[in-house]
Amino acid sequence: MLTVSDLHKTYETGDEALGGVSMEVSGNEIVAIVGPSGAGKSTLIRCINRLTEPTAGEVWLDDTEITGLDTAELRKARRDMGMIFQEFNLVERLTVMENVLSGRLGYTSNWKALRRKFAGEDVQRAYEILDRVGLGGYDNSRADELSGGQRQRVGIARAVIQRPKILLVDEPTSSLDPETSRSVMELLTDIATDDDIPVLINIHEIDLAIDYADRIVGLSDGEIVFEGPPEALDEEGRDVIYRGGESRVGRAAPDETTDSLTTEKRE
Amino acid sequence: MAAESDDREWRRFSPTQRALRALGVGLAVAAFVVSWRALDINYEYAATAPRETYDLLSRMYPPDLGYVTEILPPLIETIHISILGTAFAVLISLPIAFLAAENTSPNRATYYLGKFIVSFTRSVNVIIWALIFVVLFGSGALAGVLAIAVRSIGFTAKLIAEGIEEIDHGQVEAIRATGASPFQVLMYAIAPQIKPAFVGVSTYRWDINVRASTIIGFVGAGGIGVALTTSINSFAWDNVLTILIAILGVVVFSEVFSAYMRRKVR
Amino acid sequence: MSLEEQTSTEYGSWERPSAFYNKYIKWVIYGLIVVFVVWSMWDIRISFARFVAGIDAAVDLVQNMVPPELTPRKRELLVEGLVESINMSIVATVIGILISLPVGFLAAENLMPSSVYYASRGVISISRSFHELIVAIVAVKAVGFGPLAGVIALSFKTIGFFGKLLAEELEDIDSGQLDAIRAVGGSRFQVLLYGVLPQVLPRIVGLSIYRWDINIRHSTVVGIVGAGGIGVTLLNSFQKYDYDFSLTIILAIVAIVLVGEAVSAIVRRRVQ
Ligand SMILES: Nc1ncnc2c1ncn2[C@@H]1O[C@H](COP(=O)(O)OP(=O)(O)OP(=O)(O)O)[C@@H](O)[C@H]1O
Ligand SMILES: [Mg+2]
Repeated sequence: MLTVSDLHKTYETGDEALGGVSMEVSGNEIVAIVGPSGAGKSTLIRCINRLTEPTAGEVWLDDTEITGLDTAELRKARRDMGMIFQEFNLVERLTVMENVLSGRLGYTSNWKALRRKFAGEDVQRAYEILDRVGLGGYDNSRADELSGGQRQRVGIARAVIQRPKILLVDEPTSSLDPETSRSVMELLTDIATDDDIPVLINIHEIDLAIDYADRIVGLSDGEIVFEGPPEALDEEGRDVIYRGGESRVGRAAPDETTDSLTTEKRE
Repeated sequence: MAAESDDREWRRFSPTQRALRALGVGLAVAAFVVSWRALDINYEYAATAPRETYDLLSRMYPPDLGYVTEILPPLIETIHISILGTAFAVLISLPIAFLAAENTSPNRATYYLGKFIVSFTRSVNVIIWALIFVVLFGSGALAGVLAIAVRSIGFTAKLIAEGIEEIDHGQVEAIRATGASPFQVLMYAIAPQIKPAFVGVSTYRWDINVRASTIIGFVGAGGIGVALTTSINSFAWDNVLTILIAILGVVVFSEVFSAYMRRKVR
Repeated sequence: MSLEEQTSTEYGSWERPSAFYNKYIKWVIYGLIVVFVVWSMWDIRISFARFVAGIDAAVDLVQNMVPPELTPRKRELLVEGLVESINMSIVATVIGILISLPVGFLAAENLMPSSVYYASRGVISISRSFHELIVAIVAVKAVGFGPLAGVIALSFKTIGFFGKLLAEELEDIDSGQLDAIRAVGGSRFQVLLYGVLPQVLPRIVGLSIYRWDINIRHSTVVGIVGAGGIGVTLLNSFQKYDYDFSLTIILAIVAIVLVGEAVSAIVRRRVQ
């Protein structure tokens, strides 16, 4: 179970990205974090495995306080958290197999890693997982030869082979077309059920969130402004998340409003 | 098509441009004339140059093929010098490259230090480095290796630094997020990204260095250049041609090999 | 080891594909490279003691070199040498380019019959393969010591460089414009003049300045084999153990090279 309590992040530039976020994720639920651009979604996810250092607050994974670990312990803890990125972040010049196996680096000695000698069991599982994400036979292709959807599947395989206790997913579909997006979301929900792990997922497309998530968390300006099942996310909820609770009455077309607000936030 | 080029012609010959072009040509001609006169070249020599050259060539031909066995050792030494010089250059230039890359240099001062080393080593010709190292280490291949190495540092460090500056940080983060150790991050995320630059630069520089190591012997820094000087000074022109052909062979081989390696590692 | 090997075949194993057909060839190539480097070290007899001796000598040399020296007499020598180098670079650039214009045209595959093409390419390759100092040392023997040998060497090197780039430039030109001139009944020469030249002229100017920059660099060293310029002065200072002056000369050369580089960069940006 992941517990986040009163998490703060202020960047060196003075941007306050998180202003005290608390939440829990457990079982095999899919939790979708939605919110306008700049709301702090990525910051939240990255503070959980401390790719970004939070300024205050605590993150617990089961009985481990992630925020209290030193570098070596943090490395061990990161093995239990699989991360999936918007831009896939595959090592482009390595093969698909190496990319997947790099998920086991935390369990492999430096010397063996250097010689690409992973445990036989890891290699076996890598093949199985590649089959499972629909990339059987691509093991020797180079990552930069794949399409966007295929790359994201490799990214998912790399996270899954870690046998993580939770998946942290940052906008997995933003670089993909709608159809591929849906198949990636389906894959993620399948993994949650099959491997019995929770998935915390940042997502821009609210429709995808409603279709696939068990619970939706609305983030705005670094604070949680909505929390509930997808059915509860009505017009009013959306207003709160995307427009700071202001009514749409007297405004131009809704899409435009969102856009202009987004631009303001960025500035 | 024709209309388009007419249009261009028209602009090309607009009055200001015409004046500028005339000025450019005039300057070039003036510079040439002034320089030529200042050089104070003995016209008798200049006039006999073609005949002398022809004479030289006819004395060179046919090459003395029996001499090949004698020049084999210095030829091999030449290749050794080029390989070692390049290897040292690449090793030394790795840390310098990290200094001279904006995203890895510890601070502004180290960044400019890196840039300074790069441009200074590049501005001094290899033969001058060879003169210096012959003073330090005595004549022989060691001086040659060091001259080649130092001369190459600027070039290799600059290009490797550019490779480092282009690293995609996302790939590094992704590997770190799996719980990999710093060494593993280096091997799995950073090394693959700078490998093409690294291989490309080393083989390309080696190719250049093969040429350079044929001449450092002129100042006593080892290699085939020593044999060439000896043959020339003793007017053994048929041997000279043999050496020139041998050099041509080595140079062509290195060019083909380095192009092959660069193609293999993308 | 063997146990580990067994388990890996039992559970499944994977081998990284290699760019070199298979891993054995890959290891052979890497092995050869390593063997060659070790052999080189052994052949050249690089020893720690020699290194240490060299470092000692370096301290001496640096002490001898600093401060760089410049008496009026030496300033005269320095300026004389530098001016000669620059003059050589200018003359050689002009002559070299004048010769390489026809060579470049003759080496353009799309404009020339193949026999002419191969002959010209041969000239270009030979020029490119030999280091400028080799050309210079031969030229010195042919025409004697002095700047004439330097001019010949630099011009010869310019032909290879310029001829090749010009030929490539010509091979890339838009053949539609050639056809247009041919279509109105232009002769072969008119095709060159009206169809080809305008397309490549800006590049020619840019490349000329670039080559001049390179020739400045080379003109400072051909003197080391007796082909005129500041290199002669530098070699003399080394032979007389006048290392203070050597440092002065080297710094002057670096300055000239950097100035030449900057000027050429600025002019090229203006032209293009
Ligand atoms: N490295 C950084 N340095 C300084 N400020 C940052 C940094 N990363 C993010 N921020 C700021 O923190 C705030 C939250 O950014 P974050 O990337 O978490 O938002 P997001 O909700 O993921 O947005 P998006 O939907 O565009 O991905 C923004 O105001 C952003 O400008
Ligand atoms: Mg984001």
